[in-house]
Amino acid sequence: MSANGKPYIREVSRYRWYFSSPRYLRYMAREVTCVFIGLHALILLVALRRLSEGRDAWEAFLQNLTGPAGVLLQLVILVFAVYHSTSWFNVTPKAMPVQVGENFLPGGVIIGAHYAAWLAVTLAVLFLAGAF
Amino acid sequence: MRPELKIALVSKVYPMRSHTCAAEGGAAGVIKSDDSMDHHFHDTVGGGDWLSDQDAVDFFIREAPKELLQLEHWGCPWSREPNGSVAVRPFGGMKKQRTWFAADKSGFHILHTLFQTSLKFPSIQRFDEYYVTDLVVDDGRCCGFTAIEMRSGQIKFFRANAVIIASGGAGRMFPFTTNGAIKTGDGMALAYRAGVPLKDMEFVQYHPTGLPNTGTLLTEACRGEGGILVNKNGRRFLQDYGMGPETPVGQPVLKTMELGPRDRVSQAFWHEQKKGNMVPTRWGDCMMLDLRHLGEKKIDERLPLVRDMATSYLGVDPVTDPVPVRPVVHYMMGGIDTDIRAATSLAGLYAAGECACVSINGANRLGSNSLTELLVFGRRAAISAIEYLDGGTAVANETAVTAGADAAQARLRELFNRSGGGETIAGLRKEMMATMEEHAGIYRSGEGLEQACSTLAGLRRRYASIELHDKTNVYNTDLLQALELGAMLDCAEAVTVSALARRESRGAHQRLDFTARDDTTYLRHSLASYRNAGPPAIGYSDVVITRSPPGVRDYSGEQK
Amino acid sequence: MSERIVELEVLRFNPETDAEPRFQRYSVPCMNEWVVLDALNHVKEAIDPTLSYRWSCHMAVCGSCGMMINGEPKLACKAFLRAYDGVIRVEPLANFPIQRDLVTVIDDFITKLKRVKPYLVPKSDQPVEAGEFRQTPAELKRYKQYTLCINCMLCYAACPEYALVPKFIGPAAISLAHRYNEDSRDGGREERQQEIASGEGVWECSFVGACSEVCPEHVDPAGALQQVKIRSTVDWYQEHLMPWSKK
Repeated sequence: MSANGKPYIREVSRYRWYFSSPRYLRYMAREVTCVFIGLHALILLVALRRLSEGRDAWEAFLQNLTGPAGVLLQLVILVFAVYHSTSWFNVTPKAMPVQVGENFLPGGVIIGAHYAAWLAVTLAVLFLAGAF
Repeated sequence: MRPELKIALVSKVYPMRSHTCAAEGGAAGVIKSDDSMDHHFHDTVGGGDWLSDQDAVDFFIREAPKELLQLEHWGCPWSREPNGSVAVRPFGGMKKQRTWFAADKSGFHILHTLFQTSLKFPSIQRFDEYYVTDLVVDDGRCCGFTAIEMRSGQIKFFRANAVIIASGGAGRMFPFTTNGAIKTGDGMALAYRAGVPLKDMEFVQYHPTGLPNTGTLLTEACRGEGGILVNKNGRRFLQDYGMGPETPVGQPVLKTMELGPRDRVSQAFWHEQKKGNMVPTRWGDCMMLDLRHLGEKKIDERLPLVRDMATSYLGVDPVTDPVPVRPVVHYMMGGIDTDIRAATSLAGLYAAGECACVSINGANRLGSNSLTELLVFGRRAAISAIEYLDGGTAVANETAVTAGADAAQARLRELFNRSGGGETIAGLRKEMMATMEEHAGIYRSGEGLEQACSTLAGLRRRYASIELHDKTNVYNTDLLQALELGAMLDCAEAVTVSALARRESRGAHQRLDFTARDDTTYLRHSLASYRNAGPPAIGYSDVVITRSPPGVRDYSGEQK
Repeated sequence: MSERIVELEVLRFNPETDAEPRFQRYSVPCMNEWVVLDALNHVKEAIDPTLSYRWSCHMAVCGSCGMMINGEPKLACKAFLRAYDGVIRVEPLANFPIQRDLVTVIDDFITKLKRVKPYLVPKSDQPVEAGEFRQTPAELKRYKQYTLCINCMLCYAACPEYALVPKFIGPAAISLAHRYNEDSRDGGREERQQEIASGEGVWECSFVGACSEVCPEHVDPAGALQQVKIRSTVDWYQEHLMPWSKK
């Protein structure tokens, strides 16, 4: 290739760009961890199916779930699901600014409200599940 | 609205980069009920040391509020009162609060509002990053101009029956200025070389409060909001220079002490420096701008940019420490000689803004009059140009016009191909700046100015043998800087020759050898006319006085 | 005054003579308080007059001097030398074609800016003579931050979405549209939505947030884009679930 008098266009890697900056890696971590939310949903679906197949199937499923591999899997899912959720909660003030009078509510308040709602829903689920 | 007109907006930078974006404080226009057109008139005329044309000032102040309201209707985010009306702030030399502002980025918001609104109009065709090299004149009429398209290096000829120049000032001929790199007097030089005189060029305004290392402007609004200036002894020294008595700290009183006019404040600095009362810093002697008593909340709300600039460029946080500042070259009162219609003596050529001199600013511009001026006379220039076009322009000799454009192109090619000259752009520029700083500053002397004139004449001769290092076409900034240097040298010579000829002290032009104002001889505008070889010829024209005879500029607390 | 020698590695490209960009090394004697732009100015003045770059105000308001400095989009006038050790690598803004050296072609942004109608479409046609539109400080504050965009293009250089999908309208242009949408005087939101609430508009954004992190004026374009997404989602539901709510 020789000089052609035209502006030069730099190539962008389609697959490796997210290694070029820590902020892109953080973004990818937030996005990729959604897989674990999906995995958890899958477990719930399987649970429903086993339940419909009768008592034996359900108990076998429960046994798997409470065995070492099952617990480990759920722990891993929990860790990544929490990471995924919190990384989203932390950006909510950008998407949902709330103006009270002249000033905007501090980001911490909006993030805090999300955590509070999360806690409330969790407690409600636990209550329905008969944990209390 | 005249959608059938074809408008080319030609600019050497993208329009939103223009230096208007750096104006911080605001734009003056009478709007509040305690104010009056009369007050604004007298503030402006007195502020200008009676060198303003009073008919032009009258027109200016009457149009001012309309233009500012028009901007509001175009979406300019003016700061507001609690009831939703536009807020105004105090400013130096103004008797009433009449400065409209958008926090401390007023110029930025005006520029972006105008630029963004311009996108609405299909009849405006933009030519971004084109450097205009020559006006093409035939038979005493402006017939267009030639310009270099930076991205290709090609020279284009714009055939236009009316041309409006709005290209700003020439502060870059000084080493220490608030002006951006692009303010190199290009438009002034264009008109000047085409035979239009440059008016009142000796009046160069120093802004009292620039950062001492970079020259970055800290807006006058710092003082409007209540900031004070002190010397090394902590004394508010302005009281010793006819601007006292001292006013209570944090309660600024209009038109006195820190709210005196820029020329007086800068001159007071000079005297204090001579007395050894200034604070020595590694960037030279400074006075201290103290904003601490305003408190963090007010500083963040009203002066966020100031805090940011002082903190990042100087490492001084105005919330906790006084900021060292010193006067810096800020604004050219002089410029292309225009009349009250923004028209020049060359038919078809108009000018507005800092590059023009109507004159409403006289010998010293008041802060916040310039943004308004560019709005008022920008519109006036457009109206005049339309009237001129409607009047039916005589048929131009197209062969002669094309020949003019070709000649401009040939001159440029000669510069481009020249070799063996040996003079460098940076070398000549440095010498020019040093000369201007030394001899054309806050105080001047006949001897120094003579020296400056002869140095500049020599530099202009040597300019004829500068040689480009870069001989390629695409975005050649070496070529751009060479052309800018040529414009600055012409403007600089007009400044020093006009200053030498004005043997009096008035406003921003202070002579150590002629310390008094001389209304008998010099209540006149100077007119510098270009001569190809040798210094400009200096002539004079009368100042229009309608209702305010020259008086005493009183900025003491006792003024009425 | 403390001085140090700073090693600059500057990307050079001249379309008339070069097939590919290359790096050029300059040793620049610098004051400690200088910014990268000061160092470049020294190169231009004393070492190599052929180096091309844009700059003007030196106070972070004109938006001319955006560059990649050690891989990060920055204004050269606000990139302090004291923040860097070792060689400083200076390149033209990413994601734009290189016109020459550090000068990029920004036509794409200019075209997109025009598309989003970044000007007031007045809600009522009150004549100028009738005075100003009233706007309370609270109403002003609602959109003020988005007016601060200096069009410096750092956000486009930081945006991986724009890098991969060049038709994306991008952070600055959409933020400016949002600025007018949020202005109490404006009635042009629907016109702008057609451009920005589209596949090439906000829905191309995946909320990386890099634009907001590099913005020198703290405009928070990422926030603006997410808010447009929420508004356009509400629009969709209103249109499909409550057709009577809109005429």
